Amino acid sequence: MLIESGSPVPADTRVGISLTINGETRALQVAPWTSLLDLLREQLDLTGTKKGCDHGQCGACTVLINGIRVNSCLTLAVMKDGAEITTVEGLSALAAGGAGANGLHPIQDAFIAHDAFQCGYCTSGQLCSSVGLMNEGHAHSRDEIREAMSGNLCRCGAYTNIVDAIEDVMQAGTTPAGAPQGAAR
Amino acid sequence: MNRFEYVRAGTVAEAVQAYAAEPNARFIAGGTNLLDLMKYNVERPGRLIDITRLPLASIEEREGGLRIGALVTNADVAYDARVRAKAPLLADAILAGASAQLRNAASTGGNLLQRTRCYYFYDEGTPCNKRLPGSGCPAIGGVNRIHAIFGTSEHCIATHPSDMCVALAALEANVQVSGPEGDRSIAFADFHRLPGDAPEIDTNLKPGEIVISVDVPAREDSQHYTYLKLRDRLSYAFALVSVAAALELDGEMIRSARLALGGVAHKPWRNQEAEALLQGKPATRASFQAAADLIMREAKPQSANGFKVELARRAIVRGLEQAAAGTPQSLTDKRIR
Repeated sequence: MLIESGSPVPADTRVGISLTINGETRALQVAPWTSLLDLLREQLDLTGTKKGCDHGQCGACTVLINGIRVNSCLTLAVMKDGAEITTVEGLSALAAGGAGANGLHPIQDAFIAHDAFQCGYCTSGQLCSSVGLMNEGHAHSRDEIREAMSGNLCRCGAYTNIVDAIEDVMQAGTTPAGAPQGAAR
Repeated sequence: MNRFEYVRAGTVAEAVQAYAAEPNARFIAGGTNLLDLMKYNVERPGRLIDITRLPLASIEEREGGLRIGALVTNADVAYDARVRAKAPLLADAILAGASAQLRNAASTGGNLLQRTRCYYFYDEGTPCNKRLPGSGCPAIGGVNRIHAIFGTSEHCIATHPSDMCVALAALEANVQVSGPEGDRSIAFADFHRLPGDAPEIDTNLKPGEIVISVDVPAREDSQHYTYLKLRDRLSYAFALVSVAAALELDGEMIRSARLALGGVAHKPWRNQEAEALLQGKPATRASFQAAADLIMREAKPQSANGFKVELARRAIVRGLEQAAAGTPQSLTDKRIR
């Protein structure tokens, strides 16, 4: 059913929403309790975004909503009706100077160059969070990058190389332009 | 997560009305705490009222101070140039809490309404008077290292987890709310409550009332401040003890002192007697120690958090020294000077 301002959608009813995911606008039917994370993984088969803790503690589910990084596990898809979502699958298309030789976003290339992951489970969240951090523009020094990345846990302990990778991309000035701003968060 | 009705509110009146029609409703904005609690079955609302489309997402200058809309995200408050200029204490306290992702989603109003992180409150397999009134408090005599040392009751020793609220208490903010009986303003000191014999109630909001804005009054001296947060790891952890200090100085003399503690009580903890004691005194360690001693006289530690008494005493002195020197605690260099 369609959402009408002020009118309750009964429990157990799917509602129609529109989301632009990695550049593609989709009309979707979702149950109101579906997290954005579960929508991406279970309904849309975009399994690059990982479910770690499912409680906003680990950051593995980090995606960009209108260019801003958030935990998709603590986001109801229905509340983001109209938003632009970028997942790890869509990062390369965000690269300002186009994707690199192997079709990746500069931060992805930098993660490979700096050996910034081991098991890889946290990596898609780390990548989206890194792009979010650069869009925000508040972190400049190494200490500031570490602080601003504290919402992404890496149990393998690749933190040093992750910071190296982010620093590298920031210094190279290939900071990507964010997705369009200003839509509903 | 339980099944719930979903209402998207277009106006404050619509939101208030949607609540009146289903008293087991919750307003949702950022959802960073509410959805987490719903996943643990601690919250089981029959209806979620989505307020994110209400026009409450701006910061305005007002009577020299700031009016912060309830829907402004924690990140947007912390990085706002007007907030940094007029209330740097508030900006620092926000950035000391949570993670960048959470601050990007969490709202100003929601920060006020977040619930305790007491382990027993979160664990539906254990009793908890806050979750299930009358069931008991296993934190008393149990695992209570993170719990309160001030204002506890025999029913609850939980703490309020917010950093932002500690700063708002020291800055003497006012909370504007709207509800079925109209609009009203609540002084920040009266917004949260102590557990007493009704620990299930965190605040003095009436059922169905919604936070509209938080007003931060103008201060003559906004530069003698600090937010000093002590925790088990250097980032992304709740405070064991935190201190928000805001001084107004005349040279070496203290014209006024505002001090609030976090991580030690069911609400940001203030002691106006200690603040009065500092007024007119020199801004020296001796003055700060006298104030700290006065505050800590009331402390009643639990079985496993006695360390908080000395930690808080020293944090108060250190925080006041940082404020007096105009050298607020760095958010990235965590060494305490």
